Amino acid sequence: MSERLSYREATRQALREALQRDPRVFLMGEDVGRYGGSYAVSLGLLGEFGPERIRDTPLSELGFVGAGIGAALGGLRPIVEIMTVNFSLLALDQLVNTAAALRHMSGGQFHVPLVVRMATGAGRQLAAQHSHSLEGWYAHVPGLRVLAPATVADARGMLWPALQDPDPVLIFEHALLYNSEEPATTAAVEVDIRRAAIRRVGSDVTLIAYGGMLARTLVAAEQLAQDGIQAEVIDLRVLRPLDEATILDSVRRTHRAVLVDEEWRSGSFSAEVSARIMEQAFFDLDAPVQRVCGAEVPIPYAKHLEEAALPQSASIIAAVRSILSGRAT
Amino acid sequence: MTDISTDPVPLTREEAIALARQMLRIRRFEESCAELYGAGKIRGFLHLYIGEEAVAAGALSVLSPDDAIVATYREHGHALVRGLTAKSIMAEMFGKVTGCCRGHGGSMHLFDAATRFYGGNAIVGGGLPMAVGLALADRMQHIERVTACFFGDGAVAEGVFHESMNLAALWKLPVLFCCENNGYAMGTSLERSESQTDLCVKAASYRIPARPVDGMDVVAVRQATATAAAAVRAGEGPMFLEFRTYRFRAHSMFDPDLYRPKAEVEEWKKRGPLHAFTGRLKAQGLFTEADFERLEAEVTAELAAAVAYAEESAWEPVENLLKDVSAVPASATPA
Repeated sequence: MSERLSYREATRQALREALQRDPRVFLMGEDVGRYGGSYAVSLGLLGEFGPERIRDTPLSELGFVGAGIGAALGGLRPIVEIMTVNFSLLALDQLVNTAAALRHMSGGQFHVPLVVRMATGAGRQLAAQHSHSLEGWYAHVPGLRVLAPATVADARGMLWPALQDPDPVLIFEHALLYNSEEPATTAAVEVDIRRAAIRRVGSDVTLIAYGGMLARTLVAAEQLAQDGIQAEVIDLRVLRPLDEATILDSVRRTHRAVLVDEEWRSGSFSAEVSARIMEQAFFDLDAPVQRVCGAEVPIPYAKHLEEAALPQSASIIAAVRSILSGRAT
Repeated sequence: MTDISTDPVPLTREEAIALARQMLRIRRFEESCAELYGAGKIRGFLHLYIGEEAVAAGALSVLSPDDAIVATYREHGHALVRGLTAKSIMAEMFGKVTGCCRGHGGSMHLFDAATRFYGGNAIVGGGLPMAVGLALADRMQHIERVTACFFGDGAVAEGVFHESMNLAALWKLPVLFCCENNGYAMGTSLERSESQTDLCVKAASYRIPARPVDGMDVVAVRQATATAAAAVRAGEGPMFLEFRTYRFRAHSMFDPDLYRPKAEVEEWKKRGPLHAFTGRLKAQGLFTEADFERLEAEVTAELAAAVAYAEESAWEPVENLLKDVSAVPASATPA
């Protein structure tokens, strides 16, 4: 049996390789050092790289994200870990008002090569203050690059290119993915952080997902295939700048699109993707774009309620069937 | 309020004239801005530094060109003293492409990479963690520099002030915190917004050595800054200076100034930093009325040239609207 690598291990390996390759890189955040990371991503790195480069911080999201901005301006390549997207709201000011704005506000004189990683998403019964998906809010902001690795390979291959970006990059790691595994490869494959990925080729409908929703979207696609429906599955993986070309090219071939998004429907990232399809591929569509989104409720604790609040394979399949029922055969 | 110091200034004539010159430059620059605002040449928010000149002039006179400066939205004076030209600042106010930030920032967002001038931050307290990070970068790269961070008394009410104090002290970072306490957070006096009005106590609670300084006395500001910066540079960790000062004008051009007694303003004006300083110099024989007239003529000429330059300069071509948002031009990848 071949060796396997988890998303957690892949992220750690990406961190290790970045720390080895570039002396300017350091990791900073709450409990990243002695504790080993709240999701155990950085476990062991303190011993390998020491407390200067694996830097535990106080519970001061605004302060240490701002310090990351300053350190980036000062010539370093900080990777700041925020425990979870909900806590990133405490740092929203520095991310939006400073990191994203500085290049433009300074007339191009300063730029902020900062990488911020955080866990996102629901599915672990962590309730309303640890489970949300707010990537779309960040993807709203010019000056930021927003990444959502959905596979082990992307978890390993996105960090280095993110560190090469001279501007701030946010990486959203879905908390349910940390234990997912893929066969291990010896070397990281660098990801093109400008492009979406087609994870499954199909001709009947385009399913568009990212992050934690990719796996269940692929499950839905396999089940649909058993009924003779061939779904193409796009993993957006870069929410900003959005790779419109891959989306539009697919929709123009399949003439149908279903968007799967864990965010609340109102103002969600899927609303943006849907609007772009309408604007640019309306006459290629054979059916209205459908969205399968999170229910509009703070994520509940009880397992059955949490599951009901999230897109599931069954709801994705139902959405696909609803727009294929009138299909000419 | 302390009395005006009449002690002899421990400065050479050259140093003394340089300080007077910087304060006069700021004063006249700000007066000119107010006038140009009235004429519609400068728009947006405009916050004048009149009354507070001694702080920027004194503090920056003893910092090194390698040091980093982080400032607020009331930063024209700091930018001028730091070495941004009056032309590039005035053109920025006019929104012209020859401005230090190509007209993208305006009055509140002056930046200059060449002099390590990091803004121009208009979120109250927003520059504090940036200063912590700049100092962290210096520490980790073993570069002996100081990051001087200017902020107002209003910033101490922000959570980020406390987070930044703690981080700087915890990591013993080379930050010089320069609090410009002018008594009012926009229109709210310190007494009406803080349970503890002694700001040095707040800094000291993070084990940061802190001392109040007469911010109307440019000599006191200069000496306190030199001492504190030397300690920071020597690796003793962060220091905190509270410059007690006062703004003679309203908060911004939109402020009707209804929240403070006129008599209070008049009382502080008697301690006008430029007047007080030149008075001392004259008493000491270091400065004459002729010196003042010469400085006045130089500054007038400098400002006239700056205004003409701003007036004549071109606008940023609108085709460049999206140019400096990201390193990759927006047109190369879909937004």
